[in-house]
Amino acid sequence: MVLTVVTAAASRIDLRQYSAAVALAIATTKALLVALFFMGVKYISQKMTIVVIVAGLFWLGILLVLSMTDYAWRAFG
Amino acid sequence: MSNSPIVVAHDEHNPALRHHFADMEQQREASEMGMWVFLITEIMFFGGMFLAYIVYRYLYYPAWVAGSEHMDFWWGTINTVVLICSSLTMALAVRSAQVGQRKMLVMLLIVTMLLGCVFLGIKAVEYHGHWVEHQFPGPSFHFEGPDPQHVELFFSLYWAMTGFHALHMLIGVVLVGFIAFFGWHGKYGPDYYNPVENTGLYWHFVDIVWIYLYPLLYLISHRHLH
Repeated sequence: MVLTVVTAAASRIDLRQYSAAVALAIATTKALLVALFFMGVKYISQKMTIVVIVAGLFWLGILLVLSMTDYAWRAFG
Repeated sequence: MSNSPIVVAHDEHNPALRHHFADMEQQREASEMGMWVFLITEIMFFGGMFLAYIVYRYLYYPAWVAGSEHMDFWWGTINTVVLICSSLTMALAVRSAQVGQRKMLVMLLIVTMLLGCVFLGIKAVEYHGHWVEHQFPGPSFHFEGPDPQHVELFFSLYWAMTGFHALHMLIGVVLVGFIAFFGWHGKYGPDYYNPVENTGLYWHFVDIVWIYLYPLLYLISHRHLH
């Protein structure tokens, strides 16, 4: 649990050698830790609930990935 | 349907059991899934704004860098630590309910609320700072530097995303307050702690939103003016 506080500290050191990918990777790790342990996703008994969560995250993935690929393929810069 | 054996007679059951459920375990599972369905709708809500952010960052990256440099790095970092700690206290509070420690539960919930209020207070300080520096979009907006229109766009997203996040925090603090009140009156214990758990889920969700907002808004640039 204290690890999550440590990762917040680690993201500050990104001042010097910065990259968006690294910051997002750290954020995703933190979010996963929060989800698994604090939110008890690890201990959810029903499969259906897991399906709901995965479906929601998949939806978000579609939203972000498909929208961005659309923009990336447009002719203007 | 759950597999746990029903250990009480038909006409004696947990006072918190609603009659359309067969037993407490089914009620708990339904409540858990329902809460997650709600959180998925919240993901949809914030997802739209995150998409807008990503699209405009892709299109106007230099303006995003310039805008991010005007964020106060230290306030943002402190707020992130505050929120993660509040999630810790919230998780511990849920555990206290699960093992029936009433006083511990209420204390942890109150600490969670206090940390939430600290977050909101820091946000208020930040907002005031942004306001006096003319960084609120609209007729009062003013930015020294290249591309002010797109920097105004960055700030629009900043105010909208952190504003909705802060609103969710406020609602969360009130909810935790209610749970603390009922917890004090002994409504929750090892046999019934769904509301505590669900409030915890809501709180952790709002924390996760901030965990993503923080690097996206505050950590774009190497340089920080504050």
